Amino acid sequence: MIAKQRVLTDEMIAEIKALFPRYPTKQAVTLPALHIVNEKLRNVPLEAIVEIAALLELAPAQVQDTLSFYGMFKQNGPHGKVRAWVCRSISCALRGGDEILNHLCHHAGIKPGETTVNGALTLEFAECLGACEYAPCMLANQTLHKNLTNESAEAFLKEVTAK
Amino acid sequence: MPVPKSESVLLANVGKSESWTLRAYEASGGYKGMRKVFKEMSPVETTEMVKSSGLRGRGGAGFPTGLKWTFLPKDHPGPIYMCINADESEPGTFNNRILMEDDPHQVLEGIIISCYATKATTAYLYLRYEYPLCWDRLQSAIDECYAKNLLGKNILGSEFSLDIFLHKGAAAYICGEETGLIESLEGKRAWPRIKPPFPAVEGAFRKPTVVNNIETVACVTHIANRGVDWFKSMGVPPDPKNPRDAGSYGPKLYCLSGHVNQPGCYEAPLGITCRELIDEFGGGVWKNRKGKAAIPGGISMGLLTEPEFDTKLDFNALGKVGCLGLGTAAVVVMDETVSIVDFLHNSCRFFQHESCGQCTPCREGTAWALRMLNRMKAGKGRLKDLDLLLEIGDSIGIIPGTTICGLADGAAWPIKNAIRKFRGEFEDYIKRTNPNGYAVTEPVPALVELQTH
Ligand SMILES: Cc1cc2nc3c(=O)[nH]c(=O)nc-3n(C[C@H](O)[C@H](O)[C@H](O)COP(=O)(O)O)c2cc1C
Ligand code: SF4
Ligand code: FES
Repeated sequence: MIAKQRVLTDEMIAEIKALFPRYPTKQAVTLPALHIVNEKLRNVPLEAIVEIAALLELAPAQVQDTLSFYGMFKQNGPHGKVRAWVCRSISCALRGGDEILNHLCHHAGIKPGETTVNGALTLEFAECLGACEYAPCMLANQTLHKNLTNESAEAFLKEVTAK
Repeated sequence: MPVPKSESVLLANVGKSESWTLRAYEASGGYKGMRKVFKEMSPVETTEMVKSSGLRGRGGAGFPTGLKWTFLPKDHPGPIYMCINADESEPGTFNNRILMEDDPHQVLEGIIISCYATKATTAYLYLRYEYPLCWDRLQSAIDECYAKNLLGKNILGSEFSLDIFLHKGAAAYICGEETGLIESLEGKRAWPRIKPPFPAVEGAFRKPTVVNNIETVACVTHIANRGVDWFKSMGVPPDPKNPRDAGSYGPKLYCLSGHVNQPGCYEAPLGITCRELIDEFGGGVWKNRKGKAAIPGGISMGLLTEPEFDTKLDFNALGKVGCLGLGTAAVVVMDETVSIVDFLHNSCRFFQHESCGQCTPCREGTAWALRMLNRMKAGKGRLKDLDLLLEIGDSIGIIPGTTICGLADGAAWPIKNAIRKFRGEFEDYIKRTNPNGYAVTEPVPALVELQTH
């Protein structure tokens, strides 16, 4: 019989285990573990849930329950190489945030929450990104894009899809 | 117009070169207050100092910080936990981000002093996912502290040991509610807990826990360094007419955004008016337009009308004009072109998305409020909807006593303020957009959400 391929790599497992001493329970490492897997795989497939649960000595349902509460972790295939959140909350909305998201979606040919066919970009809405002085704004992976206009949004799309 | 800019203390280092490094922080006098506390004061005296300063929590609820610390059980065998709330997600709010990005050591010094006072030996700093630069700056500041024995075992040769760990959130507003934060930290869905027991008695991992906001602990740094009298020299004393007002002392970081010329984070003594903030710090309403309304302290706090801009932004005055409170002191300005219907739609959309779903009045109330606003915006609104919305607004939340946490009050206040302060505008909008159906009172179908997102 061929052993089933593991989803978590040795490095991920080591990274997760290194966090155990920080908390009095292993369950507290749930979110950190989900982040570690998500950073590498750009989603957290069900097989990963089972493996995380085994590491944390939990039932897979406990880990899945926590995951399903947060909007953060996809399970239906990886998100794009760039994951971009466009803010739709009040300060951004007052300066055209909704329109920027529509504009980006229109030009990328996707709806919010979807990924372009080449896997380059996932577009999503966000609630307040805590950068309201730069409204309208967007967080793309680790980079905050400030004071967006239709032009700068298009330039961003061009750059992302060229990669 | 004279700009009443007082000395910046919380923002003093912001904008200076490499302000986030230990070297720069110590060069500007950093970690002096902490050294003084460690040398001269016991934990009880430190708590007493914070109590007598009148410092009230900056995270939204405005609870007196020193008093909260005294609720911890005496002579507890430990561990006691400190949870630092850096989930900052209230729409309009970004001052915690600036403190963490540009002056993380000021925050860490406050955490160390607060943990010393409360005898907490582990602090978890719960940071929202959307702040990657804060994460990096805080982590390297923490590393610097360990290297210099400002953190770790027997700090600076004292008996006191402390670890600070960063913990990353996952994009949910409710993780900012203190017991939602604790549940999330423990690895569960962020469902707020029924109180009591309060966290001070039974919090993280069922141990006594203090939850404090980033700006609150930054204030602790300066109280230790400059003293109680300095802190109390700023702000507004208790209102003699309101026996429940504990006063509004100290400096405050006001966030200003929306339709102003210079959005930004401004430091001023507690108690400046909304109009002063807009005109003297923010350069006035943009495009030479008039203001129409403003959110006084994050969207949960409701709405000020233009004439109410003269209200003081402190812990007491906002209640007198029907707002929920000071909240996070984040002011969002709307100019005369804004439709209050659009504002309320945006607010209802936010709270429907962020309700954790645990309490039926909040889950269903926020969802139905959004459905009604969607219908209104689709030209199918009815005058009756305004009464239904008010019924929701008046019945969800911990103030009416129907829900577990304050998110529902935050959802209710914009509904109540918008409709009660701008009812005529809503009625005109409904009659104009639904000339044949505005008076209908029989049930009508909900519509799917109109906007694509
Ligand atoms: C829905 C909701 C969201 C909240 N979000 C935050 C937040 O993001 N940051 C924060 O410090 N406090 C937030 N609070 C307030 C906390 O529950 C708590 O009062 C605060 O963290 C205590 O710290 P402080 O006394 O230093 O202000 C929120 C409260 C509610 C009801
Ligand atoms: S009031 Fe709303 S957000 Fe708070 S616990 Fe209840 S359902 Fe959750
Ligand atoms: S409202 Fe968009 S960043 Fe705050």
